[in-house]
Amino acid sequence: MSTNAAHETAQFMPHTGLQRLIDVLCVRGYNVVAPKLSQGAVVYEPTTSAATIPFGWIEAQEPGKYRLIEDGEAGYFGYTVGPHSWKQFLFPPRAVVSTSVRTEDGWNVSPPADDGVSYAFLGVRACEIAAIEVQDRVFLQQAYVDPIYAARRERVFIVAVNCTRAASTCFCNSMRTGPRCQRGFDLALTELPDGFVLEAGSDRGREIARQLPLQMIADAQLVTAEQLRQRAVDQQTRSLPVDGLHDLMLRQLQHPRWNEVAERCLSCTNCTQVCPTCFCSSVQEVTDLDAAHVDRVRTWDSCFNFDFSYMNGGVVRNTIRSRYRQWLTHKLGTWFDQFDTCGCVGCGRCITWCPVGIDLTEEVAALRSESTP
Amino acid sequence: MSGPRPRLAVFKFASCDGCQLSLLDCEDELLALGERLDIVHFLEATSRVSDGPYDIALVEGSITTPDDLTRIQEVRRASKFLVTIGACATAGGIQALRNFADHASFLAAVYASPQYIHSLATSTAIADHVRVDFELRGCPINKTQLLEVIRALLGDRRPTTPSHSVCLDCKRRGTVCIIVAHGAPCLGPVTQSGCGAICPAYDRGCYGCFGPCVQPNLASLSAQQIRNGASIAEAVQGLRLFNVNAPEFRQESDRLANLAADLPAPEPRQRP
Repeated sequence: MSTNAAHETAQFMPHTGLQRLIDVLCVRGYNVVAPKLSQGAVVYEPTTSAATIPFGWIEAQEPGKYRLIEDGEAGYFGYTVGPHSWKQFLFPPRAVVSTSVRTEDGWNVSPPADDGVSYAFLGVRACEIAAIEVQDRVFLQQAYVDPIYAARRERVFIVAVNCTRAASTCFCNSMRTGPRCQRGFDLALTELPDGFVLEAGSDRGREIARQLPLQMIADAQLVTAEQLRQRAVDQQTRSLPVDGLHDLMLRQLQHPRWNEVAERCLSCTNCTQVCPTCFCSSVQEVTDLDAAHVDRVRTWDSCFNFDFSYMNGGVVRNTIRSRYRQWLTHKLGTWFDQFDTCGCVGCGRCITWCPVGIDLTEEVAALRSESTP
Repeated sequence: MSGPRPRLAVFKFASCDGCQLSLLDCEDELLALGERLDIVHFLEATSRVSDGPYDIALVEGSITTPDDLTRIQEVRRASKFLVTIGACATAGGIQALRNFADHASFLAAVYASPQYIHSLATSTAIADHVRVDFELRGCPINKTQLLEVIRALLGDRRPTTPSHSVCLDCKRRGTVCIIVAHGAPCLGPVTQSGCGAICPAYDRGCYGCFGPCVQPNLASLSAQQIRNGASIAEAVQGLRLFNVNAPEFRQESDRLANLAADLPAPEPRQRP
């Protein structure tokens, strides 16, 4: 067992406590977001009921393929990560970043009003906590702080869930980001057949926990929880060794593998959009017919878009090869220089949700095993 | 465009009129538009028409008859900015399926007296015949994009219509990828944005209504569709729709059709 203080104060919460947890968070004014079955996948949507959390479901993932499977032993959180990530709430896909109105005295520019929403994320996995910490570095710890992200991030309440299964596309263990949640949560759950091991990771978490139907935990329950968490480690088949990754990326810029992957890559942006750390956006002025009211709108964008590298006179990355290389060398290489961390957390979303199943762990292995021509 | 109000004209060639109607569909903006422009030729709206010159010509439809070969030259001569609207005008439309078949046998099959029909063997885009200043894609076009084009021309700037794939729009609106989650055929990864990614949100694959995006990797997507269970014939049918004659879609469907030529013909199936 870990010596982390949070782990030592673990208590048992029966399955029925999940609805109580949602109720308590709602009463506190949180907008609770939790996993839900929709469109053939587990997605994240606002809820007020534990009944919308997919009970008895797991999923099979492989490169370019995702299928839900009913499983009587899966409990509430038997599945792993799906196409959505918490990024869509902290860094919304579309946001008005300023509004300008033309007046007789010139332009009246105003920043957006804070919507004041406090989110409670229910079911955050270890790799997702790691991803939020990566985006914290991007949006909060650079020269410019993103006010939309900052306001939402400061208020968010995180109920983590320790994975007890791994998908074939998971590789958090090799990235040292999971599957055990070590920090960055208010409450953390490990699901047992009849309930949860609950740990508090913050004062806010302990305060909420006091209102939950908790019981003393038995040593046998702790042992079972540890075994289930270990299963999520043992089931991982992919890995991405972090050691030397930065230098490898920068050393292999002329590797023939980039040509091969460019033959397959659709440059469709799916990998960057499902990635919980990718943060690229573009900003556009949206005007009315008289250009008297101008919204400056930020939307998710991607380095895979042809226009994204458009600069005075032309497009810098004019081939799929150059765009795929830019993405991977940034994510796994220059991200370290820029943010002092790896841009990948090992969630495997880019592998599953690539329509043609490009596997970045395979690409990196190819770059490692073959030398520069 | 300072001085008198710019004169706008709408012309129809071989088409269904749906794209022109997008202009009338701009209900909330239509009155404001009428204050900024003189709409002087728009037969869907009024039979009162006036001759050129026109500042902006919106051209719908493809070139399919000898008469239209002449008429598009006249429209071009009379217009300062010629904007083509919709898949027919920008790529030849669904009627460009004739480009892949025997025109004379089509005429004989449909008309009792085909000798009275004067049509061309091909359906082609307006830009194949005259210089076009801006192409607005879609089947039909998106009215928000149409307004953006008109706003840009009024403001003397370049219109901003994105060139990225439909996938980005699916992701922005939270739609789960139907290729990955259902193995469905979908042209989203190779199709230009514009519709707002409607079909995948209703569990239907993208039909490619806005034509190929920039640098589409069609061979890779076809290979994946076939791995996911589609036949080569289905992959060809998927590309031979409203933008069948867009160069990238045409080349890929021809390549696949040649591949399939040596194989026995499969039973046709409905698209899911």
